[in-house]
Amino acid sequence: MRQRLTPLAKSLYKYRWLYLMAIPPLVYFLIFQYLPLWNAQIAFKNFKPLLGVWKSPWIGFDHFIAFFKSFYFTELLTNTIIISLLKLVFGIPMAIVLALALYETAFKRFQVLVQTTAYLPHFLSWVIMLGVLLTILSPGDGLVNSVIKSLGGKPIAFLTSPEWFRFVVVVSDIWKETGWATILYLAALMGIDPTLYEAAQVDGASRLQRIWHISLPGILPVIVILTMLRLGHILNAGFNQIFVLYSLPVYSVGDIIDTWVYRSGILDFQLSLATAVGLFKGVIGLILILVAQRVSKKIAGYTLY
Amino acid sequence: MISRLKSWDDRIFQAIVNGFLLTILVAIALPIWRVFIMSVTPLTFKDNGTFGLWIPPWQWSFEAYRELFKHPSFTQATYNSVIITLGGMLISMVLTTSLAYVLSNPKLPGRKGLMILILVPFLFQAGLIPTYMVVQKMGLVDSLFAIMLPGAISVTNTFVMKGFFEGLPEELEEAARLDGANDLQVLWHVVLPLSKPILMTISLFYAVGYWNEFFTPILYLNDNHLMPLPVLLRNILLAANINEYVESNAFANAPIQAFKAASVFITMLPMVAVYPWIQRYFTRGTLLGGVKE
Repeated sequence: MRQRLTPLAKSLYKYRWLYLMAIPPLVYFLIFQYLPLWNAQIAFKNFKPLLGVWKSPWIGFDHFIAFFKSFYFTELLTNTIIISLLKLVFGIPMAIVLALALYETAFKRFQVLVQTTAYLPHFLSWVIMLGVLLTILSPGDGLVNSVIKSLGGKPIAFLTSPEWFRFVVVVSDIWKETGWATILYLAALMGIDPTLYEAAQVDGASRLQRIWHISLPGILPVIVILTMLRLGHILNAGFNQIFVLYSLPVYSVGDIIDTWVYRSGILDFQLSLATAVGLFKGVIGLILILVAQRVSKKIAGYTLY
Repeated sequence: MISRLKSWDDRIFQAIVNGFLLTILVAIALPIWRVFIMSVTPLTFKDNGTFGLWIPPWQWSFEAYRELFKHPSFTQATYNSVIITLGGMLISMVLTTSLAYVLSNPKLPGRKGLMILILVPFLFQAGLIPTYMVVQKMGLVDSLFAIMLPGAISVTNTFVMKGFFEGLPEELEEAARLDGANDLQVLWHVVLPLSKPILMTISLFYAVGYWNEFFTPILYLNDNHLMPLPVLLRNILLAANINEYVESNAFANAPIQAFKAASVFITMLPMVAVYPWIQRYFTRGTLLGGVKE
Protein backbone atom coordinates (compact mmCIF):
# COMPACT_ATOMS: atom_id res chain seq x y z
CA MET A 1 0.00 0.00 0.00
CA ARG A 2 2.59 2.54 1.14
CA GLN A 3 4.68 2.20 -2.00
CA ARG A 4 1.87 3.45 -4.21
CA LEU A 5 1.56 6.79 -2.43
CA THR A 6 2.90 9.84 -4.25
CA PRO A 7 5.71 11.84 -2.59
CA LEU A 8 3.22 14.59 -1.74
CA ALA A 9 0.84 12.21 -0.01
CA LYS A 10 3.81 10.65 1.72
CA SER A 11 4.97 13.89 3.26
CA LEU A 12 1.40 14.86 4.08
CA TYR A 13 1.18 11.58 5.98
CA LYS A 14 4.54 12.01 7.60
CA TYR A 15 3.66 15.46 8.97
CA ARG A 16 -0.05 14.71 9.52
CA TRP A 17 0.02 15.72 13.20
CA LEU A 18 1.59 19.07 12.43
CA TYR A 19 -0.90 19.78 9.65
CA LEU A 20 -3.73 18.78 11.97
CA MET A 21 -2.36 21.11 14.61
CA ALA A 22 -2.18 23.95 12.09
CA ILE A 23 -5.92 23.77 11.30
CA PRO A 24 -7.36 25.65 14.32
CA PRO A 25 -4.91 28.57 13.95
CA LEU A 26 -5.62 28.62 10.20
CA VAL A 27 -9.36 28.80 10.81
CA TYR A 28 -8.73 31.65 13.21
CA PHE A 29 -6.70 33.53 10.60
CA LEU A 30 -9.29 32.98 7.89
CA ILE A 31 -12.20 34.20 10.01
CA PHE A 32 -10.68 37.01 12.04
CA GLN A 33 -7.88 38.23 9.75
CA TYR A 34 -8.81 37.42 6.15
CA LEU A 35 -12.58 37.95 6.29
CA PRO A 36 -11.96 41.51 7.56
CA LEU A 37 -9.56 42.04 4.64
CA TRP A 38 -12.37 40.93 2.34
CA ASN A 39 -14.82 43.27 4.09
CA ALA A 40 -12.38 46.15 3.64
CA GLN A 41 -13.61 46.48 0.03
CA ILE A 42 -16.52 48.54 1.36
CA ALA A 43 -14.03 51.41 1.50
CA PHE A 44 -14.54 51.59 -2.27
CA LYS A 45 -18.26 50.98 -2.12
CA ASN A 46 -21.40 52.66 -0.94
CA PHE A 47 -22.07 50.03 1.70
CA LYS A 48 -25.71 49.14 2.27
CA PRO A 49 -26.13 46.61 5.09
CA LEU A 50 -29.22 45.17 3.37
CA LEU A 51 -27.27 44.47 0.16
CA GLY A 52 -24.25 43.08 1.96
CA VAL A 53 -20.56 43.60 1.26
CA TRP A 54 -20.46 42.02 -2.19
CA LYS A 55 -23.62 43.49 -3.71
CA SER A 56 -23.20 47.08 -2.51
CA PRO A 57 -22.43 49.41 -5.44
CA TRP A 58 -18.82 50.41 -6.23
CA ILE A 59 -18.05 54.12 -5.99
CA GLY A 60 -14.27 54.15 -6.37
CA PHE A 61 -12.20 56.52 -4.27
CA ASP A 62 -15.02 58.88 -3.23
CA HIS A 63 -14.66 58.15 0.50
CA PHE A 64 -10.90 58.70 0.38
CA ILE A 65 -11.31 61.99 -1.48
CA ALA A 66 -14.00 63.12 0.96
CA PHE A 67 -11.61 62.33 3.82
CA PHE A 68 -8.61 64.11 2.30
CA LYS A 69 -10.71 67.21 1.59
CA SER A 70 -12.32 67.34 5.03
CA PHE A 71 -11.06 69.73 7.71
CA TYR A 72 -10.43 66.89 10.16
CA PHE A 73 -7.89 65.19 7.86
CA THR A 74 -5.02 67.52 8.80
CA GLU A 75 -6.17 67.72 12.41
CA LEU A 76 -6.24 63.93 12.85
CA LEU A 77 -2.94 63.39 11.07
CA THR A 78 -1.23 66.19 13.02
CA ASN A 79 -2.52 64.96 16.39
CA THR A 80 -1.56 61.37 15.62
CA ILE A 81 1.97 62.18 14.47
CA ILE A 82 2.71 64.80 17.13
CA ILE A 83 1.59 62.56 20.00
CA SER A 84 3.53 59.61 18.56
CA LEU A 85 6.67 61.63 17.99
CA LEU A 86 6.62 63.23 21.43
CA LYS A 87 6.30 59.79 23.03
CA LEU A 88 9.22 58.53 20.94
CA VAL A 89 11.53 61.53 21.38
CA PHE A 90 11.16 61.62 25.18
CA GLY A 91 10.42 57.95 25.81
CA ILE A 92 13.38 56.29 24.12
CA PRO A 93 16.19 58.39 25.73
CA MET A 94 14.46 57.99 29.09
CA ALA A 95 14.45 54.21 28.71
CA ILE A 96 18.12 54.18 27.66
CA VAL A 97 19.16 56.31 30.65
CA LEU A 98 17.17 54.11 33.03
CA ALA A 99 18.66 50.95 31.53
CA LEU A 100 22.19 52.37 31.90
CA ALA A 101 21.52 53.38 35.51
CA LEU A 102 20.12 49.93 36.31
CA TYR A 103 23.18 48.36 34.71
CA GLU A 104 25.67 50.57 36.53
CA THR A 105 24.32 50.52 40.06
CA ALA A 106 26.53 48.62 42.51
CA PHE A 107 23.59 47.54 44.68
CA LYS A 108 22.10 44.34 43.30
CA ARG A 109 19.01 44.27 45.54
CA PHE A 110 18.20 47.89 44.86
CA GLN A 111 18.48 47.16 41.15
CA VAL A 112 15.96 44.32 41.43
CA LEU A 113 13.61 46.49 43.50
CA VAL A 114 13.65 49.34 40.97
CA GLN A 115 13.30 46.91 38.07
CA THR A 116 10.30 45.15 39.62
CA THR A 117 8.60 48.45 40.43
CA ALA A 118 9.35 49.98 37.05
CA TYR A 119 7.97 47.01 35.07
CA LEU A 120 4.72 46.99 37.00
CA PRO A 121 2.84 49.91 35.35
CA HIS A 122 3.20 48.18 31.97
CA PHE A 123 0.69 45.61 33.21
CA LEU A 124 -1.90 48.15 34.33
CA SER A 125 -4.71 49.00 31.95
CA TRP A 126 -5.40 52.55 30.86
CA VAL A 127 -8.60 52.55 32.88
CA ILE A 128 -6.57 51.92 36.02
CA MET A 129 -4.21 54.62 34.77
CA LEU A 130 -7.20 56.96 34.54
CA GLY A 131 -7.90 56.24 38.20
CA VAL A 132 -4.26 56.85 39.10
CA LEU A 133 -4.14 60.03 37.01
CA LEU A 134 -7.29 61.39 38.63
CA THR A 135 -5.69 60.79 42.03
CA ILE A 136 -2.72 62.88 40.90
CA LEU A 137 -4.29 65.48 38.61
CA SER A 138 -7.94 65.95 39.53
CA PRO A 139 -8.69 69.66 40.06
CA GLY A 140 -10.53 68.89 43.30
CA ASP A 141 -8.23 66.75 45.42
CA GLY A 142 -5.49 65.59 43.04
CA LEU A 143 -1.98 65.55 44.48
CA VAL A 144 -0.53 68.09 42.03
CA ASN A 145 -3.45 70.47 42.37
CA SER A 146 -3.42 70.18 46.17
CA VAL A 147 0.21 71.30 46.09
CA ILE A 148 -0.60 74.12 43.62
CA LYS A 149 -3.47 75.28 45.82
CA SER A 150 -1.39 75.19 48.98
CA LEU A 151 1.15 77.41 47.22
CA GLY A 152 -1.63 79.86 46.42
CA GLY A 153 -2.05 78.91 42.73
CA LYS A 154 -5.18 78.10 40.75
CA PRO A 155 -5.95 74.40 40.14
CA ILE A 156 -5.41 73.16 36.57
CA ALA A 157 -7.86 70.87 34.77
CA PHE A 158 -5.09 68.78 33.21
CA LEU A 159 -7.27 66.20 31.47
CA THR A 160 -9.84 68.55 29.99
CA SER A 161 -7.77 71.57 28.93
CA PRO A 162 -6.33 71.55 25.38
CA GLU A 163 -3.08 73.17 26.58
CA TRP A 164 -2.26 70.29 28.90
CA PHE A 165 -3.82 67.21 27.32
CA ARG A 166 -0.91 66.16 25.08
CA PHE A 167 1.50 66.74 27.95
CA VAL A 168 -0.53 64.41 30.17
CA VAL A 169 -0.77 61.81 27.40
CA VAL A 170 2.99 61.79 26.77
CA VAL A 171 4.08 61.88 30.42
CA SER A 172 1.62 59.19 31.51
CA ASP A 173 2.75 56.97 28.64
CA ILE A 174 6.39 57.43 29.66
CA TRP A 175 5.49 56.75 33.31
CA LYS A 176 3.74 53.54 32.29
CA GLU A 177 6.08 52.11 29.66
CA THR A 178 9.66 53.29 30.34
CA GLY A 179 10.47 50.53 32.81
CA TRP A 180 9.26 47.83 30.48
CA ALA A 181 11.16 49.36 27.56
CA THR A 182 14.46 48.87 29.45
CA ILE A 183 14.25 45.07 29.12
CA LEU A 184 15.71 44.89 25.63
CA TYR A 185 18.39 47.53 26.38
CA LEU A 186 19.38 45.69 29.54
CA ALA A 187 19.61 42.41 27.65
CA ALA A 188 21.90 44.12 25.13
CA LEU A 189 24.04 45.61 27.93
CA MET A 190 24.42 42.18 29.54
CA GLY A 191 25.60 40.90 26.19
CA ILE A 192 28.57 43.29 25.99
CA ASP A 193 31.94 41.57 26.39
CA PRO A 194 33.15 42.38 29.96
CA THR A 195 36.81 42.36 28.89
CA LEU A 196 36.10 45.59 26.98
CA TYR A 197 35.33 47.34 30.27
CA GLU A 198 38.38 45.85 31.93
CA ALA A 199 40.64 47.00 29.09
CA ALA A 200 39.13 50.50 29.28
CA GLN A 201 39.68 50.58 33.03
CA VAL A 202 43.34 49.67 32.56
CA ASP A 203 43.62 52.47 30.03
CA GLY A 204 42.28 54.87 32.66
CA ALA A 205 38.89 55.59 31.12
CA SER A 206 36.39 57.26 33.46
CA ARG A 207 32.93 55.85 34.16
CA LEU A 208 31.30 58.25 31.75
CA GLN A 209 33.87 57.50 29.07
CA ARG A 210 33.16 53.79 29.44
CA ILE A 211 29.43 54.40 29.01
CA TRP A 212 30.02 56.64 26.02
CA HIS A 213 32.59 54.47 24.25
CA ILE A 214 31.53 50.94 25.20
CA SER A 215 27.98 50.73 26.57
CA LEU A 216 26.25 53.03 24.10
CA PRO A 217 27.94 51.62 20.97
CA GLY A 218 27.18 48.16 22.36
CA ILE A 219 23.45 48.78 22.49
CA LEU A 220 23.30 50.98 19.40
CA PRO A 221 21.83 48.22 17.18
CA VAL A 222 19.00 47.72 19.67
CA ILE A 223 18.40 51.48 19.83
CA VAL A 224 18.23 51.67 16.03
CA ILE A 225 15.88 48.70 15.73
CA LEU A 226 13.49 49.91 18.41
CA THR A 227 13.48 53.47 17.07
CA MET A 228 12.78 52.28 13.54
CA LEU A 229 10.05 49.97 14.82
CA ARG A 230 8.40 52.87 16.64
CA LEU A 231 8.71 55.07 13.55
CA GLY A 232 7.09 52.31 11.52
CA HIS A 233 4.16 52.38 13.92
CA ILE A 234 3.96 56.15 14.09
CA LEU A 235 0.29 56.19 13.10
CA ASN A 236 -0.50 54.16 16.22
CA ALA A 237 -0.52 56.97 18.75
CA GLY A 238 -2.03 54.76 21.48
CA PHE A 239 -5.72 54.17 20.86
CA ASN A 240 -6.52 52.60 24.23
CA GLN A 241 -4.88 55.44 26.10
CA ILE A 242 -6.55 58.25 24.15
CA PHE A 243 -9.91 56.46 24.14
CA VAL A 244 -9.91 56.36 27.95
CA LEU A 245 -8.42 59.79 28.63
CA TYR A 246 -9.92 62.11 26.04
CA SER A 247 -13.17 64.06 26.12
CA LEU A 248 -14.99 66.58 23.94
CA PRO A 249 -13.02 69.67 25.15
CA VAL A 250 -9.69 68.16 24.01
CA TYR A 251 -10.72 66.65 20.65
CA SER A 252 -8.85 69.45 18.83
CA VAL A 253 -5.48 68.30 20.26
CA GLY A 254 -6.17 64.69 21.23
CA ASP A 255 -8.39 63.14 18.57
CA ILE A 256 -6.32 60.62 16.58
CA ILE A 257 -7.10 58.56 13.47
CA ASP A 258 -8.15 55.48 15.47
CA THR A 259 -10.52 57.30 17.80
CA TRP A 260 -12.09 59.10 14.86
CA VAL A 261 -12.58 55.82 12.97
CA TYR A 262 -14.39 54.42 16.01
CA ARG A 263 -16.69 57.41 16.40
CA SER A 264 -17.57 57.84 12.74
CA GLY A 265 -17.88 54.13 12.01
CA ILE A 266 -19.51 52.69 15.10
CA LEU A 267 -21.30 55.67 16.64
CA ASP A 268 -22.29 57.51 13.42
CA PHE A 269 -22.73 54.39 11.22
CA GLN A 270 -20.53 55.79 8.42
CA LEU A 271 -19.11 52.31 7.85
CA SER A 272 -17.66 52.89 4.38
CA LEU A 273 -16.01 56.20 5.21
CA ALA A 274 -14.52 54.88 8.46
CA THR A 275 -13.24 51.77 6.68
CA ALA A 276 -11.62 53.98 4.04
CA VAL A 277 -9.83 55.99 6.73
CA GLY A 278 -8.75 52.78 8.46
CA LEU A 279 -7.47 51.43 5.15
CA PHE A 280 -5.57 54.65 4.47
CA LYS A 281 -3.88 54.21 7.83
CA GLY A 282 -3.17 50.55 7.04
CA VAL A 283 -1.50 51.35 3.71
CA ILE A 284 0.68 54.14 5.13
CA GLY A 285 1.52 51.92 8.09
CA LEU A 286 2.58 49.06 5.82
CA ILE A 287 4.86 51.30 3.78
CA LEU A 288 6.41 52.82 6.91
CA ILE A 289 7.06 49.42 8.48
CA LEU A 290 8.67 48.00 5.35
CA VAL A 291 10.91 51.08 5.04
CA ALA A 292 11.76 50.93 8.77
CA GLN A 293 12.65 47.23 8.50
CA ARG A 294 14.94 47.91 5.56
CA VAL A 295 16.67 50.84 7.26
CA SER A 296 17.25 48.97 10.52
CA LYS A 297 18.59 45.98 8.63
CA LYS A 298 21.01 48.26 6.82
CA ILE A 299 22.20 50.15 9.90
CA ALA A 300 21.99 47.54 12.63
CA GLY A 301 22.45 44.39 10.56
CA TYR A 302 19.35 42.67 11.86
CA THR A 303 15.76 43.36 12.74
CA LEU A 304 12.88 42.28 14.94
CA TYR A 305 10.52 39.61 13.54
CA MET B 1 46.86 58.18 45.34
CA ILE B 2 45.50 57.04 42.03
CA SER B 3 43.31 54.38 43.61
CA ARG B 4 41.83 56.97 46.02
CA LEU B 5 40.99 59.27 43.14
CA LYS B 6 39.37 56.41 41.32
CA SER B 7 37.23 55.52 44.29
CA TRP B 8 36.02 59.14 44.54
CA ASP B 9 35.13 59.04 40.89
CA ASP B 10 33.25 55.82 41.59
CA ARG B 11 31.50 57.21 44.63
CA ILE B 12 30.19 60.31 42.90
CA PHE B 13 29.11 58.22 39.93
CA GLN B 14 27.30 55.75 42.17
CA ALA B 15 25.62 58.58 44.07
CA ILE B 16 24.25 60.05 40.84
CA VAL B 17 23.15 56.67 39.46
CA ASN B 18 21.41 55.55 42.64
CA GLY B 19 19.90 58.98 43.23
CA PHE B 20 18.35 58.76 39.77
CA LEU B 21 17.06 55.24 40.41
CA LEU B 22 15.57 56.36 43.73
CA THR B 23 13.78 59.22 41.97
CA ILE B 24 12.30 56.78 39.46
CA LEU B 25 11.26 54.42 42.25
CA VAL B 26 9.47 57.20 44.13
CA ALA B 27 7.89 58.62 40.96
CA ILE B 28 6.34 55.24 40.18
CA ALA B 29 5.42 54.15 43.70
CA LEU B 30 4.03 57.47 44.97
CA PRO B 31 0.88 57.67 42.79
CA ILE B 32 0.01 54.03 43.52
CA TRP B 33 0.61 54.62 47.23
CA ARG B 34 -1.73 57.62 47.15
CA VAL B 35 -4.47 55.54 45.49
CA PHE B 36 -4.12 53.08 48.35
CA ILE B 37 -4.16 55.74 51.07
CA MET B 38 -7.25 57.35 49.55
CA SER B 39 -8.99 53.98 49.45
CA VAL B 40 -8.55 53.51 53.21
CA THR B 41 -9.52 57.07 54.16
CA PRO B 42 -12.19 56.94 56.86
CA LEU B 43 -15.27 59.15 56.56
CA THR B 44 -14.28 61.26 59.53
CA PHE B 45 -10.69 61.89 58.41
CA LYS B 46 -9.55 65.52 58.30
CA ASP B 47 -6.70 66.25 55.90
CA ASN B 48 -3.93 67.81 57.92
CA GLY B 49 -1.58 68.94 55.18
CA THR B 50 -0.23 65.52 54.19
CA PHE B 51 -1.71 65.87 50.66
CA GLY B 52 -3.42 62.52 51.07
CA LEU B 53 -0.09 60.74 51.26
CA TRP B 54 -0.19 59.62 54.86
CA ILE B 55 -2.77 58.24 57.22
CA PRO B 56 -1.55 56.30 60.27
CA PRO B 57 -2.30 52.59 59.80
CA TRP B 58 -4.47 52.41 62.92
CA GLN B 59 -6.87 54.88 61.32
CA TRP B 60 -7.24 52.97 58.05
CA SER B 61 -10.82 52.12 57.21
CA PHE B 62 -11.70 49.32 54.80
CA GLU B 63 -15.36 50.35 54.60
CA ALA B 64 -15.02 51.31 50.91
CA TYR B 65 -13.86 47.80 50.06
CA ARG B 66 -16.69 46.32 52.12
CA GLU B 67 -19.23 48.42 50.19
CA LEU B 68 -17.65 47.39 46.91
CA PHE B 69 -17.76 43.66 47.68
CA LYS B 70 -21.38 43.94 48.80
CA HIS B 71 -22.46 45.40 45.50
CA PRO B 72 -23.96 42.95 42.96
CA SER B 73 -22.64 44.78 39.86
CA PHE B 74 -19.09 44.48 41.24
CA THR B 75 -19.46 40.75 41.88
CA GLN B 76 -20.92 40.28 38.40
CA ALA B 77 -18.13 42.30 36.73
CA THR B 78 -15.45 40.38 38.61
CA TYR B 79 -17.02 37.11 37.53
CA ASN B 80 -17.11 38.28 33.88
CA SER B 81 -13.48 39.39 34.07
CA VAL B 82 -12.36 36.06 35.50
CA ILE B 83 -14.22 34.15 32.76
CA ILE B 84 -12.75 36.35 30.02
CA THR B 85 -9.24 36.14 31.46
CA LEU B 86 -9.12 32.37 32.05
CA GLY B 87 -11.11 31.43 28.94
CA GLY B 88 -9.24 33.84 26.70
CA MET B 89 -5.87 32.75 28.04
CA LEU B 90 -6.71 29.08 27.45
CA ILE B 91 -7.89 29.67 23.86
CA SER B 92 -4.91 31.89 23.08
CA MET B 93 -2.35 29.52 24.57
CA VAL B 94 -3.69 26.45 22.72
CA LEU B 95 -3.76 28.30 19.39
CA THR B 96 -0.44 30.09 19.86
CA THR B 97 1.44 27.02 21.08
CA SER B 98 0.22 24.82 18.21
CA LEU B 99 1.01 27.47 15.63
CA ALA B 100 4.45 28.22 17.09
CA TYR B 101 5.32 24.52 17.25
CA VAL B 102 4.19 23.92 13.65
CA LEU B 103 6.26 26.90 12.46
CA SER B 104 9.32 25.85 14.45
CA ASN B 105 9.73 22.69 12.34
CA PRO B 106 12.13 23.75 9.57
CA LYS B 107 11.50 20.67 7.42
CA LEU B 108 7.72 20.98 7.26
CA PRO B 109 6.58 21.29 3.62
CA GLY B 110 4.43 24.40 3.20
CA ARG B 111 5.96 26.14 6.20
CA LYS B 112 6.92 29.18 4.14
CA GLY B 113 3.38 29.54 2.77
CA LEU B 114 1.99 29.34 6.29
CA MET B 115 4.44 32.01 7.38
CA ILE B 116 3.31 34.36 4.60
CA LEU B 117 -0.33 33.67 5.45
CA ILE B 118 0.35 34.88 8.99
CA LEU B 119 2.56 37.83 8.13
CA VAL B 120 0.24 39.43 5.57
CA PRO B 121 -2.54 40.39 8.02
CA PHE B 122 0.12 41.20 10.63
CA LEU B 123 1.69 43.83 8.40
CA PHE B 124 -1.50 45.03 6.79
CA GLN B 125 -4.46 45.34 9.11
CA ALA B 126 -7.94 45.75 7.70
CA GLY B 127 -8.91 48.01 10.57
CA LEU B 128 -11.63 48.25 13.16
CA ILE B 129 -14.80 48.37 11.08
CA PRO B 130 -14.23 45.30 8.85
CA THR B 131 -13.40 43.22 11.94
CA TYR B 132 -16.46 44.56 13.73
CA MET B 133 -18.58 43.44 10.76
CA VAL B 134 -17.22 39.89 11.00
CA VAL B 135 -17.94 39.66 14.73
CA GLN B 136 -21.43 40.98 14.13
CA LYS B 137 -22.09 38.57 11.25
CA MET B 138 -21.02 35.64 13.39
CA GLY B 139 -23.60 36.56 16.00
CA LEU B 140 -20.96 37.14 18.66
CA VAL B 141 -22.30 40.55 19.72
CA ASP B 142 -23.33 40.32 23.39
CA SER B 143 -21.29 37.16 23.86
CA LEU B 144 -18.05 36.98 25.85
CA PHE B 145 -16.53 35.12 22.88
CA ALA B 146 -16.48 38.47 21.07
CA ILE B 147 -13.81 39.47 23.60
CA MET B 148 -11.89 36.18 23.54
CA LEU B 149 -11.80 35.24 19.85
CA PRO B 150 -10.97 38.15 17.50
CA GLY B 151 -7.54 38.77 19.04
CA ALA B 152 -6.85 35.20 20.14
CA ILE B 153 -3.49 34.84 18.38
CA SER B 154 -0.83 37.49 18.82
CA VAL B 155 1.70 37.16 16.01
CA THR B 156 4.41 38.71 18.18
CA ASN B 157 3.83 36.17 20.96
CA THR B 158 3.78 33.37 18.39
CA PHE B 159 7.18 34.39 17.03
CA VAL B 160 8.70 34.74 20.49
CA MET B 161 7.49 31.23 21.33
CA LYS B 162 8.63 29.85 17.99
CA GLY B 163 12.08 31.31 18.64
CA PHE B 164 12.18 29.58 22.01
CA PHE B 165 11.15 26.21 20.52
CA GLU B 166 13.83 26.55 17.85
CA GLY B 167 16.44 27.09 20.55
CA LEU B 168 15.67 23.81 22.31
CA PRO B 169 18.26 21.03 21.84
CA GLU B 170 17.24 18.95 18.85
CA GLU B 171 18.73 15.70 20.17
CA LEU B 172 15.97 15.24 22.74
CA GLU B 173 13.23 15.48 20.12
CA GLU B 174 15.12 13.14 17.80
CA ALA B 175 15.54 10.60 20.57
CA ALA B 176 11.81 10.67 21.30
CA ARG B 177 11.05 10.20 17.58
CA LEU B 178 13.38 7.19 17.41
CA ASP B 179 11.36 5.73 20.28
CA GLY B 180 8.30 5.99 18.04
CA ALA B 181 6.72 9.20 19.37
CA ASN B 182 4.69 11.23 16.89
CA ASP B 183 4.85 15.06 16.65
CA LEU B 184 1.96 15.49 19.08
CA GLN B 185 3.66 13.29 21.68
CA VAL B 186 6.98 15.04 21.17
CA LEU B 187 5.30 18.39 21.78
CA TRP B 188 3.50 17.16 24.87
CA HIS B 189 6.22 15.04 26.50
CA VAL B 190 9.43 16.74 25.37
CA VAL B 191 8.93 20.31 24.16
CA LEU B 192 6.33 21.68 26.57
CA PRO B 193 8.04 20.46 29.78
CA LEU B 194 11.21 22.22 28.62
CA SER B 195 9.35 25.41 27.78
CA LYS B 196 7.98 26.40 31.17
CA PRO B 197 9.60 29.88 31.20
CA ILE B 198 8.18 30.89 27.82
CA LEU B 199 4.77 29.33 28.53
CA MET B 200 4.53 31.23 31.83
CA THR B 201 5.63 34.49 30.22
CA ILE B 202 3.28 34.31 27.25
CA SER B 203 0.39 33.15 29.47
CA LEU B 204 0.95 36.19 31.64
CA PHE B 205 0.96 38.48 28.60
CA TYR B 206 -2.33 37.04 27.37
CA ALA B 207 -3.91 37.04 30.84
CA VAL B 208 -2.96 40.67 31.40
CA GLY B 209 -4.32 41.58 27.98
CA TYR B 210 -7.68 39.93 28.65
CA TRP B 211 -7.95 41.23 32.21
CA ASN B 212 -7.32 44.77 30.93
CA GLU B 213 -9.68 44.47 27.95
CA PHE B 214 -11.74 47.63 27.96
CA PHE B 215 -12.46 48.78 24.43
CA THR B 216 -13.75 45.49 22.94
CA PRO B 217 -16.36 45.02 25.71
CA ILE B 218 -17.64 48.52 24.97
CA LEU B 219 -17.57 47.74 21.25
CA TYR B 220 -19.19 44.32 21.27
CA LEU B 221 -21.29 44.13 24.45
CA ASN B 222 -24.51 46.04 25.07
CA ASP B 223 -25.76 43.96 27.98
CA ASN B 224 -24.63 45.54 31.25
CA HIS B 225 -24.53 42.14 32.95
CA LEU B 226 -21.68 41.06 30.66
CA MET B 227 -19.39 44.03 31.35
CA PRO B 228 -15.98 43.21 32.88
CA LEU B 229 -14.27 45.12 35.68
CA PRO B 230 -12.46 47.79 33.61
CA VAL B 231 -15.76 49.01 32.15
CA LEU B 232 -17.37 49.13 35.60
CA LEU B 233 -14.29 50.91 36.92
CA ARG B 234 -14.48 53.56 34.22
CA ASN B 235 -18.17 54.10 34.96
CA ILE B 236 -17.46 54.44 38.68
CA LEU B 237 -14.57 56.85 38.06
CA LEU B 238 -16.52 59.13 35.76
CA ALA B 239 -19.93 58.82 37.40
CA ALA B 240 -21.42 62.21 38.07
CA ASN B 241 -23.85 60.55 40.40
CA ILE B 242 -22.11 57.64 42.06
CA ASN B 243 -25.35 56.46 43.63
CA GLU B 244 -26.00 54.61 40.39
CA TYR B 245 -23.31 52.18 41.46
CA VAL B 246 -23.75 51.86 45.17
CA GLU B 247 -26.68 51.34 47.45
CA SER B 248 -28.21 54.54 48.69
CA ASN B 249 -26.83 54.20 52.20
CA ALA B 250 -23.29 53.42 51.06
CA PHE B 251 -21.78 56.72 52.05
CA ALA B 252 -22.82 56.36 55.60
CA ASN B 253 -19.49 54.57 56.04
CA ALA B 254 -16.97 55.67 53.39
CA PRO B 255 -16.27 58.82 51.37
CA ILE B 256 -16.87 58.79 47.60
CA GLN B 257 -13.16 59.23 46.88
CA ALA B 258 -12.35 56.19 48.99
CA PHE B 259 -14.89 54.18 47.03
CA LYS B 260 -13.36 55.22 43.68
CA ALA B 261 -9.82 54.57 44.90
CA ALA B 262 -10.81 51.18 46.28
CA SER B 263 -12.24 50.23 42.85
CA VAL B 264 -8.94 51.20 41.20
CA PHE B 265 -6.89 49.29 43.72
CA ILE B 266 -9.01 46.13 43.53
CA THR B 267 -8.81 46.07 39.72
CA MET B 268 -5.05 46.52 39.95
CA LEU B 269 -4.50 43.88 42.63
CA PRO B 270 -4.54 40.60 40.63
CA MET B 271 -1.84 41.89 38.27
CA VAL B 272 0.26 43.22 41.14
CA ALA B 273 -0.08 39.90 42.95
CA VAL B 274 0.66 37.58 40.04
CA TYR B 275 3.39 39.29 38.14
CA PRO B 276 6.38 39.18 40.56
CA TRP B 277 6.12 35.36 40.46
CA ILE B 278 6.47 35.29 36.71
CA GLN B 279 8.81 38.24 36.36
CA ARG B 280 11.88 36.07 36.98
CA TYR B 281 11.11 34.18 33.79
CA PHE B 282 10.96 37.12 31.43
CA THR B 283 14.05 38.86 32.72
CA ARG B 284 16.15 35.92 31.57
CA GLY B 285 16.09 36.96 27.97
CA THR B 286 13.13 34.80 27.00
CA LEU B 287 11.79 37.75 25.06
CA LEU B 288 14.67 37.82 22.64
CA GLY B 289 13.23 34.94 20.63
CA GLY B 290 11.86 37.46 18.15
CA VAL B 291 15.26 38.81 17.16
CA LYS B 292 16.31 37.59 13.74
CA GLU B 293 19.79 37.66 12.31
